[in-house]
Amino acid sequence: MPLGWPTLSLHPQKDPHMADHWAPSAQIATLKMRHDLMRRLRAFFDQKGLLEVETPILSAHATPDVHLASIETRFGYLHTSPEYPMKRLLAAQAGAIYQICKVFRAEESGSNHNPEFTLLEWYQPGWDDQQLSQQVVALLQHLGLDRNSQYLSYREAFTATLGIDPLSASLATLRELAGELLGQPCDDYDRNTCLDVAMSFGVERKLDPNLITVISDFPAAQAALAIKEQQPDGFWTAKRFEVYCGGLELANGYAELTDAQEQLARFEAENRDRQTRNLPIMPIDTHLIDAMKAGIPACAGVAVGVDRVIMLCLGKKHIDDVLSFPIARA
Amino acid sequence: MAFYSTNEFRSGLKVLLEGDPCSIVENEFVKPGKGQAFNRVKLKNLKTGRTWERTFKSGESIEGADIMDVSMEYLYADGSFWTFMKTDGSYEQLNAGPEAIKDAKDWLKEQDTFEVVLYNGDILSVVPQNFVELEIVETDPGLKGDTAQGGSKPATLSTGAVVRVPLFIEIGEKIKVDTRSGEYVSRAK
Repeated sequence: MPLGWPTLSLHPQKDPHMADHWAPSAQIATLKMRHDLMRRLRAFFDQKGLLEVETPILSAHATPDVHLASIETRFGYLHTSPEYPMKRLLAAQAGAIYQICKVFRAEESGSNHNPEFTLLEWYQPGWDDQQLSQQVVALLQHLGLDRNSQYLSYREAFTATLGIDPLSASLATLRELAGELLGQPCDDYDRNTCLDVAMSFGVERKLDPNLITVISDFPAAQAALAIKEQQPDGFWTAKRFEVYCGGLELANGYAELTDAQEQLARFEAENRDRQTRNLPIMPIDTHLIDAMKAGIPACAGVAVGVDRVIMLCLGKKHIDDVLSFPIARA
Repeated sequence: MAFYSTNEFRSGLKVLLEGDPCSIVENEFVKPGKGQAFNRVKLKNLKTGRTWERTFKSGESIEGADIMDVSMEYLYADGSFWTFMKTDGSYEQLNAGPEAIKDAKDWLKEQDTFEVVLYNGDILSVVPQNFVELEIVETDPGLKGDTAQGGSKPATLSTGAVVRVPLFIEIGEKIKVDTRSGEYVSRAK
């Protein structure tokens, strides 16, 4: 099967005309409850003294992450997250900041995905990833998600649900595991793809639906923008965490990488990866690199999918149930 | 034939998988927090009728299948082929093999219209209408006046199919049959 750059088709259904698509997919009563939740959410941060900020949605730069498809316009890229400009504010001594904004990710559409969605992102200078993950849980509980929490390392989550150590397992073992989970051969999958299969089709589906689960210490190869560290047994991990409720992923956070050299090297490595995958090379955010050179304070940051949190709080099964006009009606 | 990327997958899309034409039944987008996204797809193999589940890495493409749904009139059988004619005014005739007509075999009445699935221009399968009207050619004699009570008996239709009918139905009558269940519905009006 050829692996080509997918065409940017945002509208999953290209129906010529859907007469009932003028109407919102969410009930008005749901939109009122959404409004209440957004007020509670802002109150949480305002009480803690965080500064609400706004940064550009449209930028000359874009993430080189191979698994994120930025939408390109005639005037630049729509952001996939406000991360880079928020870190520039941190370098400018803004202190603890938060933002609620729309972000855009082409190709992502389904019962838990809409290409345009609402992201909450915040940064706490002086904090580490563990402290911040606890604050994410506190926020979810503040919003009325009445669940207890559990904290597992990526390793513990894998051994508990699949009986495999993801850091020491051989590629052959991981391919076999992925093959079993998908019911088809995965002999050409690389290590990260196998781990992503195991996470999406194994671990996530076995998480306790009644618990908020924080998974931390991801493999170093999945560090993204987190600090890497070596475990006592020699394996490298990332100070990155994900927050789940049942199997639904809600948040992704890091003890933030602040080293300009390392950041640039990671961006360039991702662009090289893009080249081998025949994906477009992205213009690296040089402002972020310069901000890191000027000095970003040690900090932890996290991004939360607001629409999914609202789905959970209101017991909705499809993201369209909490959006006024999802992509097919936009 | 066009190639379709995972982001164009939707139910009803016809694609080629392992050389067989398939129709996408369900498409689920799955993505871990960060990393590789996947499309978990349920497909119906249009040749065998079996349902397949396959997972694609998002961004992968597969070839489309040249599938067309048309209405055709059944003309006749010659022992090895069943001949149908297009109703679009072209009068084009196509032959179907035993595999293609297996779901319609019991209900094939000359001049009746069927939904036909064409693959690369050939008949892949023939789907009967949900209800057909057929004549009874053989059954035990009916019981006079026995129109209300339950009870049924086998009856052979003009196509050779055997269905259970109420006791009062006689040879030569036309009845309406539900082809999905193979059950008698009523006397034909």
